[in-house]
Amino acid sequence: MRLEPREHVSLLTLVAGPVLAVVAAMAICSLLIVWSGSSVLEAYALLFKGALGSRFAISETLTRTTVLIFTGLAAAVAFRAKLWNIGGEGQLYMGACAATMLGTGLLEWSAYLLIPTLFLAGALAGGLLLIVPTLLKTHLKVDEVVTTLLLNFIILLVVNYLVFGPWKDPMAMGWPQAAPIIDQGLLPPLLAKTRLHAGLLVALAFAIGTWVLMRFTVWGYEIRAVGANPKAAGFAGVPVNRTIIRTALISGGLAGMAGVCELIGLKGYLTLDLSPGFGYTGIVVAMLAGLNPLGVIFSSFFVAVVFNGADSMSRALSVSNYIAEVITAVSLLAVLVSMLLTRYRIKWK
Amino acid sequence: MLHLKDNAVSQKTVLSLNNISKYFGPLLANDAINLSLAEGEVLALLGENGAGKTTLMNILFGHYVADAGTVTAFDEELPPGKPRAAIDAGVGMVHQHFTLAENLTVLENITLGTEPLWGVRQYQSRALAKLNQLSTEFGLEVNPRALVRDLSVGEMQRVEILKALYRDARILIMDEPTAVLTPPEVDSLFATLRQLIKSGLAVIFISHKLGEVMAISDRVAVLRSGKVVLEAETQATSREALAEAMVGRKIPEPKRVPQDAGEALLSLDQVTVLGAHHKRLLDRASLTLHAGEIVGIAGVSGNGQAQLADLLSGLQTLAEGHMTLRDHGELKPNPAHMVKQGIGRIVEDRNGLGLIGDMTITENLASENYKSREFSRLGFLRFNALQRYARELIEAFDVRCPGISAQVRKLSGGNMQKLVLARVLSKEPMVILAHQPTWGLDVGATAYVHEQLLAARQRGAGILLISEDLDELLELSDRIQVIYHGQLSESLDPDNISLQELGLLMSGQQRSDSQAA
Amino acid sequence: MGDFLDFILTAGFWAATLRMATPLIFGTIGELVCERSGVLNLGIEGIMTAGSMAGWMWVYQGGDLWGGVLFAAFVGALFGLLHSLFTVYLGLSQHVTGLGITMLASSLSYFVFRMMLPNVTTPPKIVPFESYAVPVLSELPVVGEALFVQSPLTWLALVLVFVVGYVLFRTPLGLAIRMVGENPMAAEAQGLNVHLVRSGAVIFGSALMAVGGTFLTLSAFDAFYIGMTNGRGWICIALVVFASWRPGKALFGALLFAVFDALQMRVQQQASSAIPYQFYLMAPYVLSIVALIIMSRRAAYPKALLVPFRRGER
Repeated sequence: MRLEPREHVSLLTLVAGPVLAVVAAMAICSLLIVWSGSSVLEAYALLFKGALGSRFAISETLTRTTVLIFTGLAAAVAFRAKLWNIGGEGQLYMGACAATMLGTGLLEWSAYLLIPTLFLAGALAGGLLLIVPTLLKTHLKVDEVVTTLLLNFIILLVVNYLVFGPWKDPMAMGWPQAAPIIDQGLLPPLLAKTRLHAGLLVALAFAIGTWVLMRFTVWGYEIRAVGANPKAAGFAGVPVNRTIIRTALISGGLAGMAGVCELIGLKGYLTLDLSPGFGYTGIVVAMLAGLNPLGVIFSSFFVAVVFNGADSMSRALSVSNYIAEVITAVSLLAVLVSMLLTRYRIKWK
Repeated sequence: MLHLKDNAVSQKTVLSLNNISKYFGPLLANDAINLSLAEGEVLALLGENGAGKTTLMNILFGHYVADAGTVTAFDEELPPGKPRAAIDAGVGMVHQHFTLAENLTVLENITLGTEPLWGVRQYQSRALAKLNQLSTEFGLEVNPRALVRDLSVGEMQRVEILKALYRDARILIMDEPTAVLTPPEVDSLFATLRQLIKSGLAVIFISHKLGEVMAISDRVAVLRSGKVVLEAETQATSREALAEAMVGRKIPEPKRVPQDAGEALLSLDQVTVLGAHHKRLLDRASLTLHAGEIVGIAGVSGNGQAQLADLLSGLQTLAEGHMTLRDHGELKPNPAHMVKQGIGRIVEDRNGLGLIGDMTITENLASENYKSREFSRLGFLRFNALQRYARELIEAFDVRCPGISAQVRKLSGGNMQKLVLARVLSKEPMVILAHQPTWGLDVGATAYVHEQLLAARQRGAGILLISEDLDELLELSDRIQVIYHGQLSESLDPDNISLQELGLLMSGQQRSDSQAA
Repeated sequence: MGDFLDFILTAGFWAATLRMATPLIFGTIGELVCERSGVLNLGIEGIMTAGSMAGWMWVYQGGDLWGGVLFAAFVGALFGLLHSLFTVYLGLSQHVTGLGITMLASSLSYFVFRMMLPNVTTPPKIVPFESYAVPVLSELPVVGEALFVQSPLTWLALVLVFVVGYVLFRTPLGLAIRMVGENPMAAEAQGLNVHLVRSGAVIFGSALMAVGGTFLTLSAFDAFYIGMTNGRGWICIALVVFASWRPGKALFGALLFAVFDALQMRVQQQASSAIPYQFYLMAPYVLSIVALIIMSRRAAYPKALLVPFRRGER
């Protein structure tokens, strides 16, 4: 077996690649549904119905899309610079912590001032958290994969300490949660009688903004150059370390905003189950999008469909909702192969 | 040098290549090649860079799979794509780029793959004995316990040859074996080869250097654009005939017209660069580059050329000494600074360092000045300006490409180098570093690069030309300085020095004063 | 302070240390073998989870304990095979593939666990390995109990360190593994099948990781919990760097780590609640980062780590 580079890659194959990967992933996972004794068609029909079958279902799916756009963008920006930020989960919680610190009564500003401030604070907190492993990478050559991963565990314990300890809300009847965000700090709902909130608009704006940044600006050029070949970029005069650090601030910032968005748009107060692994899922979202910020909008929607649909499917059938995680993991692996096949063709001989 | 033609060549064919064809995408690298090798002979495979020599040998050895054709060794057909089968059939290969693991010992590198993989231990003493016997028999001294990373280039090549002999190779393929050697090392390599022939080995000697081919081979085959265009007894042919066959067409090589050098532009004053373990990679080296002259740096690779090039690229920090640019004072070790000071840098590794393969032609052309007012405003890139600039440059420098949005890695080596020249020379720099500017290019592209460098000299630029190709140095340089163990010699006049003399200086021997330029 | 010294001289402390070190030893040695061949295996966290689930499920379904260990190893090997198909044969990103394998292996484990035991609220238990006391030696005062009364898997881990060390540095196979991790082109030029050696190393290494995982369910505890691997895999990756890719040092690193872990547990029990317990729980992760920082300057990575080898590539 041999791989031969393709001369021309059409736009169609670039779009069709991830779609086919997703279809393949669902086909593979149908084996698990068969094993569980349910009908595959029924299961997937229930999955899509659960995610898209009603106004409320769609609103729930879009709510989950919102946070995934942020974590997906965070991974997409970092991976483009070959900065392996696997710490989205920790950065998300850092963002939520910062917003909790300022938004539970410390600042009693009007919504127009407070909400942007909370986002900014969350972004700064997430960015600063990623700066630590990034500086270790640029200055001491410590591999950032492991350090960002380990920081997730540390941050989660910090949050654990905070919500069980100093930040514990005495009004919460013993539940480990922080005080609620004050009303001016909450994002307005987008659709009546649903949980969908204005965070979606913020997320979409940031997706477009990130796309513009990566494609049309000097910074974006530098990030792409450093990711493609740091040695050559440095040789041409691109400030490599500065670019990596800047990338870290942007990526960590986006992940931090994911936490803020979830906190002030949905939950209202900090708990330990603010994120069931949105930071990690962001990696799948980014890869499915081929690291394209606009693609992240679509891939995060798809992943949200899978997760929300699987929840309702598992209630109806005897299929554990962990199937959603299996589907996204298989999608990630499948999209890797499809990306290879769009650039190479396999010759069997 | 002694020719081997008195050596009785028996007629028994040990190896034959039958109708070998190989495509890389649309490129036909080998076109129905037929060749055979007899016991006890040296067959020289001659050809320009890109003619298909290395591809052919990689097919023979099983690294590549041919699209058509077969390889027969000792009357048995070799299964395609299996180096193991080639080795077992008695084929040994000394690769142009050594295939040695630097962090392992010589012995480990040699014995790898010679013992059954599932053996419970290694039989080191037996291996050592065999190795010692081979070393003494063929004059290939090397310390088996040394780590490969501590060896000199010449020693590494000995390890490569020993690797093949240790496996009882009967056919030895040597891919450009002299490219990294000093003239004395070449002589010693040839002596070894003669020993090997005497003991019955057959050798394929790949080269693009006519002199060596005439000296060592019994028979010669010339490859051009993937085809065998000439096959002859070495005795029955001539340098001229071979040269013509190799190049195919006459490409007028631009000539250097004498001109007076102007004011001093760049000076290196007693610069020292330290490597690992405080090794002096550049050792109090001094040179001055004047306007309108080309200063050539000759030397065997690994004597400090890379550090010299890195210094001017802004990638290397000085331990001692000064590097100053006219009117601008001390130069800082920072690539961006070098760009700002108007130093044009053409580096050896155009793939890994000079260009970003995964980005477009436009993006690569702008990589040194994307931040200028011309190409960016308020942090946004000005696409129209960038594209206009790119279109002008590929036109002016004749870069053959599908379009300015094509990825650079899809271009040929020659077109990549034109891209580098376009980026560097279009800014009309006064000081130019050219490190191995024609490495791996075919004759046409080489002539183009030479022409451009001479044109830059004409308009008054000072060029530091670092090259391992002595012909290139002698042709282009106004002055030559030899680099050896990090030290630079005094200036030599290329018109008054012979290849032999240059070779001696490159291997560290002093030159008598009377001959100094 | 006197208490403290007394404590670290007790047999219980050292027995606990060895117990805590065992999964780390398996995981670190497994990762080390992968990386020596040039493949970073970020699937380790998920493979350990899959191992812990598979081994436990085998025993829970009525299989015997050693069968459970073998089954865990087999499952780990399967994930290693998948990893090597992607990274070795297709040359895909080792980072992303590894993360994908981790996500797949853990989610699949949870899925299977939930599907096979749909209606349990408290995790069911099995009868785990009993400690094996080495005759005579185990009767030595203090040392005997600490060092010679251990789970058989702990013994296996210790033996493994020496076997892997011997194989890597004293046999042709080990030379081949190190060579493909240093310069795959050189290995191929010597007639070795680089892809085969690499995928073999990844499969074997992954099997070891899974055995490390199953130690948790078959020896350290007696049940399987969601999230029980809890970052141990990532810690192993840090330990490989700390050990400079040497099995002996990996053993030392894992033990050192376990000592700190056993200490923090002890201090946590003893000290007043001045320091919240969460900070003790952070210790292993912080320690891993510190270990990485300390070793970063001296880290001599296998030269071809992360570099895919594609045959016949120009």
